[in-house]
Amino acid sequence: MSGGHSTYTPKSGLGKWIDARMPLPRLVYDSFIAYPVPRNLNYAYTFGGILAIMLVSQILTGVVLAMHYTADTTLAFHSVEKIMRDVNSGWLLRYLHSNGASMFFIAVYIHIFRGLYYGSYKAPRELLWILGCIIYLLMMATGFMGYVLPWGQMSFWGATVITGFFTAIPLVGDWIQQLLLGGFAVDNPTLNRFFALHYLLPFMIAGVVVLHVWALHVVGQTNPTGIEVKSKTDTVAFTPYATIKDGFAMVLFLLFFAWFVFYIPNYLGHPDNYIVADPLKTPAHIVPEWYYLPFYAILRAITFNIGPIDSKLGGVLAMFGSIAVLFIVPWLDTSKVRSAVYRPWYKLFFWLFVANAIFLGWLGSRPAEGGGLLTLLFAGEFRGNYVGYSQLSTLYYFGFFIVIMPVLGLIETPRRLPNSITEAVLEKNKAGAGQLAGATAAPETKV
Amino acid sequence: MNKILKGVAAASLAFACTLGVAAAAEEEGHSAAEPTHFPIHKPAEMDWSFAGPFGTYDKAQLQRGLKIYREVCSACHSMELVAFRTLEDLGYSEAQVKTLAAEYEVEDGPNADGEMFQRPAIPSDHFPSPYPNSAAAAAANNGAVPPDFSLIAKARAVERGFPTFVFDIFTQYAEGGPDYIHALLTGYGHEAPEGMEIAAGTHYNPYFIAGKSLAMAQPITDGQVSYEDGSPETVDQYSRDVAAFLMWAAEPHMVARKQTGFSVIAFLILFAGLVYLTKRKVWSAVPH
Amino acid sequence: MSANDTIEPTRRDFLYIATGMAGVVGAGAVAWPFIDQMRPDASTLALASIEVDVTALEPGMSLTAKWRGRPVFIRNRTPQEIEAAKAVPVAELKDPVARNANLPADAPATDQDRAAGDGKENWLVMIGVCTHLGCVPLGQQGDFGGWFCPCHGSHYDTAGRIRKGPAPENLAVPVFAFVSDTKIRIG
Repeated sequence: MSGGHSTYTPKSGLGKWIDARMPLPRLVYDSFIAYPVPRNLNYAYTFGGILAIMLVSQILTGVVLAMHYTADTTLAFHSVEKIMRDVNSGWLLRYLHSNGASMFFIAVYIHIFRGLYYGSYKAPRELLWILGCIIYLLMMATGFMGYVLPWGQMSFWGATVITGFFTAIPLVGDWIQQLLLGGFAVDNPTLNRFFALHYLLPFMIAGVVVLHVWALHVVGQTNPTGIEVKSKTDTVAFTPYATIKDGFAMVLFLLFFAWFVFYIPNYLGHPDNYIVADPLKTPAHIVPEWYYLPFYAILRAITFNIGPIDSKLGGVLAMFGSIAVLFIVPWLDTSKVRSAVYRPWYKLFFWLFVANAIFLGWLGSRPAEGGGLLTLLFAGEFRGNYVGYSQLSTLYYFGFFIVIMPVLGLIETPRRLPNSITEAVLEKNKAGAGQLAGATAAPETKV
Repeated sequence: MNKILKGVAAASLAFACTLGVAAAAEEEGHSAAEPTHFPIHKPAEMDWSFAGPFGTYDKAQLQRGLKIYREVCSACHSMELVAFRTLEDLGYSEAQVKTLAAEYEVEDGPNADGEMFQRPAIPSDHFPSPYPNSAAAAAANNGAVPPDFSLIAKARAVERGFPTFVFDIFTQYAEGGPDYIHALLTGYGHEAPEGMEIAAGTHYNPYFIAGKSLAMAQPITDGQVSYEDGSPETVDQYSRDVAAFLMWAAEPHMVARKQTGFSVIAFLILFAGLVYLTKRKVWSAVPH
Repeated sequence: MSANDTIEPTRRDFLYIATGMAGVVGAGAVAWPFIDQMRPDASTLALASIEVDVTALEPGMSLTAKWRGRPVFIRNRTPQEIEAAKAVPVAELKDPVARNANLPADAPATDQDRAAGDGKENWLVMIGVCTHLGCVPLGQQGDFGGWFCPCHGSHYDTAGRIRKGPAPENLAVPVFAFVSDTKIRIG
C-alpha cells in the first residue's frame, strides 16, 4: 500500500512461491510491519487502531446476535429479551454490542478532534479526511438503524422522528418518507429493512476503512508537529513501535469499555427502550442516543423561518449542514501551519469548539424549552432557556468552521516551527530533562 | 500523554463551567401547586445488596419480594418474560418451583378436538397475565393498563441531573429503577399541596415519574403480607423487597455479570501492565 | 550498560513471552462466549415433557406426536405384529441392543424390551427419526412390515429394529411412562 519501494524479501521457498503468485505477505509486511510512521506520534494517534478493533468487535458480536434476533414487530422485543435471559452468554454479547456502539463513537469523536487539532485534513490528506467523514456518516446510519432493532419505545419513536426529517423536503418529502418506511408509519416493513441494512452497512464501513487506510499509507501519518517526514531519522517502523503503542492504548480502552459493559451497561441507554414499542403512545421526552445529541440540538435550535425556508426544513438543513461542513474543512482552513501546537489562537478556539460540542450534546438531552437567543441576550432569561443556548452554540459551531477557520489562517502569527520532526523531538527532550517546570511553561511539551 | 491530559482537563473545565451555568438555572423551585417537571421529589438512594462491583442479590429478600408480587402486584400486573424455572435463582429447589408453578393456570392447546384448554403451569411456563389482553386490562382499570413488570426496574429511572450523572459513572450507580419503585410505593398518603388539582380517579404521589398523580391507588399497607422470616411487615420493607425482586426479574444475570466483570478487569489491568512494560522496552532506544 | 548486556536479553525475552501469553489467554477467553451462545439456550433445555392421549388408538393404529421438535411414533400393535417381532432371535439382529432410554444401556433388543413393558406389550413408542441420517421413516412399509426409510432404504421391523439397509441402530425409544391407561407422558 505504501507504493513502490518494497523492502520485503521472502526467506523460505514457500514464501517466494506465494510472493510470485499473490504477494499478500508482501502487502502485509509493507503496510503493517515496515511501514514508516513518525517517531513523535502521541496517544491521540492510537485511536485509529482502537476504531479498527471496535469495528471488528461490533461485527463479531452483531453476527452472533443476529443468530438469535427476530426482525418482526411482534417478536423483536421478546427475542432481544430471550438473548438477555436464556441464550448462553447472551447478556454479555448484547451488552458488548450495545455499549460497543457508544465506545465506537467515543473513539471516533476523539479521532476526529485529533484530526482537527493537528490539521490532519490539510493537503495532501484531503481525500483521507473525506473518506473518514464518509465512514462517520455510515456509522451514524448504522447506529441509528441498530437502535431501532430492539423495538422499544425509543427505537420506535426515534425511527419515527428521524425518518420524519425527510418530510421537510419540499414536494417529494412525504414520498421519500414512505419509501424509507415501506408504509405510512414505522412498522414491520421498516423493521425488516432496517435489520437488513444494519447488517449490511458495517461491511461497507469495513470497505471504506480499507480505502481510508490505503489513502493513509500513500501520504503517511501526520504528527503533532505537523511537519512532513523529511528523512529516515524522523520515522520508526510500524512494527514493533506503533503496534505496541497502539496495543497499550487498546488495552486501556478495553478497560474503559469493560467498566461500562459489566458495571453500568444501561448507563448510556434510555429506560424507555425497555418498554415495548407502542405506536399509539409517544414517550414524554424523546431523546436520541448520546452520540447524536449535538446534532439533535442543532436541529431544534432552528425555531424560526428564514425567508421561504420554514423552521422545520431549516432545522433539518442545519443538522445535515453541520455534518456536511466537515467535508469541506480542508478548504476552509487557510493556515499555512498545520498543527495547532504552533497556532496559539487556533488552539484556544479549538478547545472552545470541543467544549461547545459537549455543551450542544447536553442541550440535545434537554427539552426544547425557553424563549430563544433574543430573550437570552436581551431579556436576561438565563434559566432553562435551552433553545437560546442551543442557538448560541449552533452559531459558534458553524462560526468555527465558516468564519474562524478561514479568517484565523490569514491573520494569526504562528510560533516558530522546528526544522524537522527529529529536531522537535530532541529539543523537547532537552527541555523536559532540563527542568520539570518546563512542562507547565510550555503546554505542548510531552514528558 | 501529558498534553492530552491537559487537553481533556481544559475541555472538561470549560464543559463544567458552561454546564454549571445552565444547570444552576435548572433546579429552580417548582411552583408548588402547578409543577411542570416530574417527579416532584427525587427518589432517595437506598442501600441495595446488589449495588456496586461486588453486589449480589439477597435471596431471602428476593423470596419475600416474590411473595409480595404474588399476593399483591400480580392481581393487576403481568410479568410475562419471567419463566417459573428461573425462580431457582431465588434459592428454591426444582420441586418447590414445580409446586409453585402448579398454583397457576395457563392456557394450552389446541387439543385433539381443536379446543384451547387450561392446565396447571409447569416450570417452563411464564407467569400468566391477569388479563387476557391489554384491552381487557384497560377496561378493568379505568383505561390505564397496568404495565408489565418483567423489565419495570430497568424501564423506570428518574433523571439524575448534572453533575450527578457524571459521578454515577465512577460510583457505578445503576439502581435508579429499584430506588424509584421504593420511592413510589412509600410515596402515597401525602396531602396534595394547596391549590393543586388532582384528576378524578387518580391518586397524588409526589414521586410519580410522569405527573402529579397516578391511576394506581396505594397498593399495599402495613401488615398486609405476612413474612415468615421475622422481617418487619411495613410498607417500607415490602417496597424494598419487591423492588429488589423486580430488579432480579429485569436483570437475572446481574451477579454473573459483575463477577465476570471483576475477572475481566483484573486481567486487563495485569495485561495493561505487561503491555506497558513491553512498550517501554521497545521504545527505550528511541527518543520520541 | 555493558554490565547489563548479558542479562538484558533474557529479561526482555521473558517480558515479551509473558505479554504474548497473556494476549493469547485473553483472546481465548473472548472466544468462549461466541462459542457458548451456540449451545441450546435455557428455554430450549427446559422444554417440557408432553402428554399424549391414546384413547382412540385401536390395535393396528398409530399416531405421531411432536416432542423436542421431532416426531414420536406411538403404535398400538396388532397380535400378528407382536408375534412376528418375537419370532426373531436377538442373535440375528443387526443391532442387538434395545436402545430403550427407560432400560439399562446394554438391555438386549428383545421385543419385550422394545415395547412398553409387561401388560403393555402392544404399545410401541419410538422417536421417529431414522438412525442413519435423520429422515422420518414411513410406517407399515418395507420388507419387514415395520418402518421403511425412503431416503436411503433402511428397513425396520414391527418392533422398530433395524433389519436391512444402512442405518446402524434400532429406532430410539424415549423416556416415557403411562400416567393412566390412556395417557402417555413422553420426556
